[in-house]
Amino acid sequence: MIDALVYFIEIIKGSLITARHFIVNMFYHILKVFGIKTKRKGAVTIQYPEQKKEIARRHRSLHRLVKREDGQARCVCCMLCVTVCPSECINVEASEDPDPEIQKVPAKFTIDLNRCCFCGFCVEACPEDAIRMDTDKIDLAEYSRQDMYYDLDKLLR
Amino acid sequence: MDFLIGLIKIICALAWFLVLTLYLTWLERKESAVIQDRIGANRADIFGIRIIGLFQPFADAIKMIFKEDFVPPFANKFLHTIAPLISFFFVAITISAIPFGDYLTIGGRNINLQVLDLDAGLLFILAMLSLGIYGIILSGWASRNRFTLLGGVRGAAQLISYEVALGLSLIGLIMAYPSLRLQEIVGFQGENLFGWLPKWGVLLQPLGFIVFFFAALAETKRVPFDLPEGESEIIGFFTEYGGLKWGLFMMTDFMEIIIISCLTTTLFFGGWQVPWMGLDGFHFPWGGSWLLPHGIVVLFQLLAFNVKVIFFCWLQILIRWTYPRYRYDQLMNLGWKVLIPLSLFNIVGTGIVIGILK
Repeated sequence: MIDALVYFIEIIKGSLITARHFIVNMFYHILKVFGIKTKRKGAVTIQYPEQKKEIARRHRSLHRLVKREDGQARCVCCMLCVTVCPSECINVEASEDPDPEIQKVPAKFTIDLNRCCFCGFCVEACPEDAIRMDTDKIDLAEYSRQDMYYDLDKLLR
Repeated sequence: MDFLIGLIKIICALAWFLVLTLYLTWLERKESAVIQDRIGANRADIFGIRIIGLFQPFADAIKMIFKEDFVPPFANKFLHTIAPLISFFFVAITISAIPFGDYLTIGGRNINLQVLDLDAGLLFILAMLSLGIYGIILSGWASRNRFTLLGGVRGAAQLISYEVALGLSLIGLIMAYPSLRLQEIVGFQGENLFGWLPKWGVLLQPLGFIVFFFAALAETKRVPFDLPEGESEIIGFFTEYGGLKWGLFMMTDFMEIIIISCLTTTLFFGGWQVPWMGLDGFHFPWGGSWLLPHGIVVLFQLLAFNVKVIFFCWLQILIRWTYPRYRYDQLMNLGWKVLIPLSLFNIVGTGIVIGILK
């Protein structure tokens, strides 16, 4: 009998908690409708496409290749990023550069974003600081898998 | 002329019922969102106008209409098709016995604001709600799937056992207001206790109200008592349904919420009665009175009924988003070992009190 009573009281308390949430949140929603600004909001929702959260400073987003002053990629095709990549999504083909100081430039540099796991190891490995992941672009989606292969043109942009 | 008035009443009642059902889906989404500190569905728009997601029910309806009407090859096609219609029909018909207001007088003609003024209106509603079980059993059986059959059997067992408590909890009320006509029951609740307290059913029958509300929640087969459906893990009776047929089952659930709210309002919370309002306006217990024309009084009554019904819809959705599900044996224990003895005790107690007062 005591058990049943305790149980009943707890049930009432439970519904009072949800009712409190409802009433408090509804109060802030109504204040917002009347244009009164409050520090606390009625909902914690961030309405994504219109409203974006600030991205953290050390985030990892879409890759980009850093350019030299003459507009070429800074990459010297040392293949360190290709070696370190755990999902094996980077593909680099080297070609000769006329400048003896540089020696090699990439003829092709493809990142297969279907496979990339955004671990950032390529950025860590790069001795020339040629690849970075700081474009702030995190909503990557395409209609075909082909479009997810990012080549030199797309990465240098 | 009587025929025309009857037709208009039927159309109005059904339109009220269906529109409220549509917007109850919206209310369910929004209320659950507000409870959980979210915003809820607000993306459906017409020409870029989105009024806090009020077009969402229409988007849902259009989506469901255009989905494939699939009947599994192993199912019994006729029964599979007719099952959602049965459960929908028996719930939709109950609205005809709910009194929305008192008499409306237009041009010397008294119009009863109730589609069907039955002498045994309460029994009619209970009977129709019980017949809705056939839809559940048939859908579980006709799908010819073991999980749906088990869901149907669970549903039938649950609804039949709670039907007993539901009926018994109302007997005390029928003893207190000696009538089965819903319009008369509401009329009795217009009087005042001790001259100032509205004589609502919940004050005369608090225990009956609690038992009735629990049993009615079980009748709607929603979350604390959603064993027939069990959408998250124990698979329920409409697993083999999709598209508009599934939509009919969903609508039946929401219509049951409205009917239960209407019944609770009518039986325990004074129906269309506004406290201290008579046929010609307010007569306050502290002496003052505020006379109103007949049309305004009827409007107040309709408004009071709607506010009460929407409050109970809100309460049921709050309950649905608060509690986890009962286990099957706990459900049966609550029904047979708690609610039915309590309702029997309520009958005896009511009888004793009525005997003493006489």
